[in-house]
Amino acid sequence: MATYAAPVPQIAAHEVERQARGWTSWVTTTDHKRIGIMYMVTTFVFFILGGVEALMMRLQLGAPNNTLVTPITYNQLFTMHGTTMIFLFVVPMMAGLANYFLPLMIGARDMAYPRLNALSYWLLLAGGIVFYASIFWNPPEAGWTSAVPLANSFYSPSGGEDAWIYLVHLTGISSILGAINFYATVANMRTKGMSWGRLPLFVWAILTYSVLIIFAMPVIAGAVTMLLTDRHFGTHFFDPGNGGSALLWQNLFWFFGHPEVYIMVLPGFGIVSEILPVFARKPIFGYKAIAASTIAIAFLGFLTWAHHMFTAPVPEAILIFVMLSSFFIAVPTGVKMLNWIATLWRGTVEFTTPLLFCAGFISLFLIGGISGVFLAIFPVDWQLNETYFVVAHIHFVLMGGSVFTIFAGIYYWFPKITGRMLSESIGRWSFGLMYVGLLATFLIQHVIGLEGMPRRVFEYDNVGNLELYNQISTVGSFILAAGVLVTVVNVVRSLKHGPIAGPDPWKANTLEWFTTSPPPVNNFDVLPRVRSAEPMKDIRREIARRAGGEGAGSATVPAGATQVGV
Amino acid sequence: MGHALPSLLGFFTPISGGSPNADKINDLYKITLYVALVIFVLVEGGLFYALWRFRARRGAVAAQIRGNTRLEVGWTVAAALILVGLAVLTFSKLSAIENPPNSSPEGAKLADASGPLLADNERRLPPNGKALQISVIGRQYLWQYVYPGANEPDGLGAPYSYEEMVVPTNTTVSLKIVSADVVHSWWIPALGGKFQAVPGYNNYTWFKIPHPGVFKGQCAFLCGRAHARMLATVRAVPPAQFERWLAERKKLISEANAEAKVARAKLGAQTGAGQVENP
Repeated sequence: MATYAAPVPQIAAHEVERQARGWTSWVTTTDHKRIGIMYMVTTFVFFILGGVEALMMRLQLGAPNNTLVTPITYNQLFTMHGTTMIFLFVVPMMAGLANYFLPLMIGARDMAYPRLNALSYWLLLAGGIVFYASIFWNPPEAGWTSAVPLANSFYSPSGGEDAWIYLVHLTGISSILGAINFYATVANMRTKGMSWGRLPLFVWAILTYSVLIIFAMPVIAGAVTMLLTDRHFGTHFFDPGNGGSALLWQNLFWFFGHPEVYIMVLPGFGIVSEILPVFARKPIFGYKAIAASTIAIAFLGFLTWAHHMFTAPVPEAILIFVMLSSFFIAVPTGVKMLNWIATLWRGTVEFTTPLLFCAGFISLFLIGGISGVFLAIFPVDWQLNETYFVVAHIHFVLMGGSVFTIFAGIYYWFPKITGRMLSESIGRWSFGLMYVGLLATFLIQHVIGLEGMPRRVFEYDNVGNLELYNQISTVGSFILAAGVLVTVVNVVRSLKHGPIAGPDPWKANTLEWFTTSPPPVNNFDVLPRVRSAEPMKDIRREIARRAGGEGAGSATVPAGATQVGV
Repeated sequence: MGHALPSLLGFFTPISGGSPNADKINDLYKITLYVALVIFVLVEGGLFYALWRFRARRGAVAAQIRGNTRLEVGWTVAAALILVGLAVLTFSKLSAIENPPNSSPEGAKLADASGPLLADNERRLPPNGKALQISVIGRQYLWQYVYPGANEPDGLGAPYSYEEMVVPTNTTVSLKIVSADVVHSWWIPALGGKFQAVPGYNNYTWFKIPHPGVFKGQCAFLCGRAHARMLATVRAVPPAQFERWLAERKKLISEANAEAKVARAKLGAQTGAGQVENP
């Protein structure tokens, strides 16, 4: 007879089956939590690899006309870096977080298709291995955008380009299967009372992420298949000498490539929308506006791809249409920023590490959002396109946006995954270094671009102050890397030595905090009926009420749960 | 102190000063920058104020507010209006950026004669229809420029140069940008925006340089291993000097062609293969 006296949510979850042990249990698992962990660990390893590639590039650019790496190596480095961060880190990391937390948040016991879920992970790993195996032969060197004709077999004969194609295929299938799985899970496996209007905003974000993947990924799959047959089987889809079109590639690639940006950042928006209310102790400001703007961004995201092609030979009407659609997408994004600030307004803000990363995200993403408006004005883009201004923009959006929210998620959910807290003081150091490092690395890159330095060049002449600016950026990149490393140390250290977290260390709002940390295989034995968008708040209130009204003895069961096995 | 602000803003604006279109882009960029700075200060200010003012303190209680429809509709409309304003601003500047002006009276007379061989309905010409038309050909890893003034009616034998383009001042120069192999991007920052050279497509831009000078740029679209070394220079000289330079180019090229013809004839006689055609 277990009895609990403390007025915290009581856990009605027990190990119904013993968690299997040993490495074979990881290889054969279909448990969404274990698959989630494998996703997160694998993608973080790729994040480190991609980061090392970035540091090597920054070292090369630390001096004008430097000869640290050869031109070939440099082209391989930026191709590997971009491809790794996008296909092997941000997108699958979001899938990893969603794998672990989406079923818990909606009160499900697993994903809708657990074995398909395992397949998604193993396809991702296969894609990563195929791609990284190329470093033992010839890595690809046509950039992560692989523009034709440069990427065809005449100009890029090496197998590295084919490794890139297979990476896109394997990770693409992985993402599509994962997206179908997320969608089916949300549509069918919500617990009692979890209506669409009560879905956590992270779940809304993952739902939208899934729809974007389902529409965008098949397009890139088709495009790289055409590239593959052009390269090896004599077709001429992209060959201007034989009736093909080099612009067709740009259109197909960016039709995928622009929604891909939202695939990478919308889940981050979801994470922030979960964390801010918890640490402001205040409900999210404008739940419906945030959910609706997520969907609006996803829809508009399919209408703006040609803003990556403003300098290509495209007609005036397209330039104007795409400029206006790109402007429109700034509106729902801006609305979200204001909603988040309004969530903090009149709250009681607790400066935990997850909150710091969220606040850092808002302040950095704003810079990326504003520079995006410059890039949307096509005559201005004629000067900025393909320069370091764009490099700065994409990193404020993807590092300030996706990476900072991923780190917020790591600090927020680590206690649930491992049962132990991360060190807050080490976490603050990591945040501080990453924040300062990111600003130092990328703010100055706007100026580097305005001074006329194109991206993807392995050397530059020291005209103006280019050497000084590039050195500031290089120093910043190492500060940023140090910040990431501090979190790695924090994670490794806390796995053994972190304080025990308990089920609900943050007094959070969503159902993943209703079960033990880490949760048992079946997640929950019972769940109370969900009555609002913040079920844990209701549960805590109910427990406090019962504890106050009926004495400690009867506080064993959460509100609405039927008593089982106690 | 009075100069600090303009020079600081110069630090944050694109290079200009070589051609009216670059200057107009710079104007458009600057107005956008002013709007952006106001929004940046307001939003970052709001964020940091909220974080500091509403930090958790003993006795503080969070207000349980779930939204405010009027406020939310208000800021959505405000954001949309700012962007409508930017769109109107862009349209007001567009014509001056995209449409070239007439050459000045002191500009090169050659511009009058260099009409297109083929109708070119995508090319934007000045109101009087006259511009010096130069073809820019991107190839790994070199820019080639073909000038008007062909010897033969079929357009062959036109003077050309590599890497450095020489142009007359005060003359509207219209560029047709093409590629011989992969995608490149033509960009001289001080002379306006960049434009891709895509094989199979024609792309166009223009510039008009008021004073003699040298303007540097480089290929801005990844085109292979030596992409970083695909440099470009535009040298603007007075029209008379340009015409002398062009005549000199023509002479050098026809002399070189004549020498090559002799060499080919010799080679043909040695190998018994007859006249070897110019490949």
